[in-house]
Amino acid sequence: MTLWTTVLLASGLAFALKFLGYVVPHQVLDGVVVSRVTAMLPVALLSALVAVQTFTASGGGLTVDARAAGLAVAVTALLLRAPFLVVVILAAATAATLRALGWG
Amino acid sequence: MHASCLADQRRREVLRQCLSVGIATGAYGVSFGALSVTAGLSLWQTIALSALLFSGASQFAVVGIIAAGGAGAAAVATSSLLGMRNGLYSLQMSRLLGVRGLRRVPAAQLTIDESTAVAIAQPEPAAQRLGFWGTGLAVYVLWNLTTILGAVVGNALGDPKRFGLDAAAPAAFCALLWPRLKSGDARAVAAVAAVIALVVAPHAPAGIPVLVAAVAAIVAGLLPSRGSRERDVLLDLSTPPDEEAPA
Repeated sequence: MTLWTTVLLASGLAFALKFLGYVVPHQVLDGVVVSRVTAMLPVALLSALVAVQTFTASGGGLTVDARAAGLAVAVTALLLRAPFLVVVILAAATAATLRALGWG
Repeated sequence: MHASCLADQRRREVLRQCLSVGIATGAYGVSFGALSVTAGLSLWQTIALSALLFSGASQFAVVGIIAAGGAGAAAVATSSLLGMRNGLYSLQMSRLLGVRGLRRVPAAQLTIDESTAVAIAQPEPAAQRLGFWGTGLAVYVLWNLTTILGAVVGNALGDPKRFGLDAAAPAAFCALLWPRLKSGDARAVAAVAAVIALVVAPHAPAGIPVLVAAVAAIVAGLLPSRGSRERDVLLDLSTPPDEEAPA
């Protein structure tokens, strides 16, 4: 799959999913099971993305480096109710600082 | 837009919310643009993702998987699984907005976490519609402008690790995840998904661990939600049975 195919296919499917809710009869997706799966999917996917992008090395193995410190700072900031952008900037700054000091 | 029956003060109040959410989210488009070009996507591919895909978590997933050398199919599948929640939002929004015909196209494109959240936070229908269109348009315009800025600056930056940009993406995902962790169910699903992903990661190509972790969500969705023995076995009983936050 070329990069352009990936970009356009992902975009097309994203729009189709958004459009679906405006065209299907309301009762179709109203089931308890379907709505619970739809509510839990982003939770599972986001959590898995956080884990994988923080703790995997480029070869696929697990590692703890400056990204883990960045995540720890991000979680602390979230506990202190910091706004979104502050959380992201603090995590990046933490990792960058540690690397400048020669770790991770 | 639909807000003719709103008092001026309420109208300004809702528009201020729309704009502040737009600015906060738009600012984060800079990091998307920078990550995307450093992941190997071209400037135009980066612009296309923000203009056409227009869903932050899905866009970050696509460039994250490509940056890790993952297959295009895994990127598309992860992006689409993440995008399924937008389908649920549009189901809710189609009732609030009452759009028909071609207006459903822009409505669908603007149906994201932020526009849905601002809309359903309003008590009256006119403010809900204003909140949806105002937030959707503010985020769309700012997100696309900041994506271009990030892509151009990101190209000039060189190695993203020097600036900790590889730590920015997981932090962003964590911040997106945070408000969804109010219920014990959600916290259990998040923990199980993270463990599954890390167990699978060393043995599978990039992108696959996250898809496998989605199984946790499917299983959790099939289990009865609360007050049942199945839940008691799986989850911490001390957590109050909060309702899910929509975004």
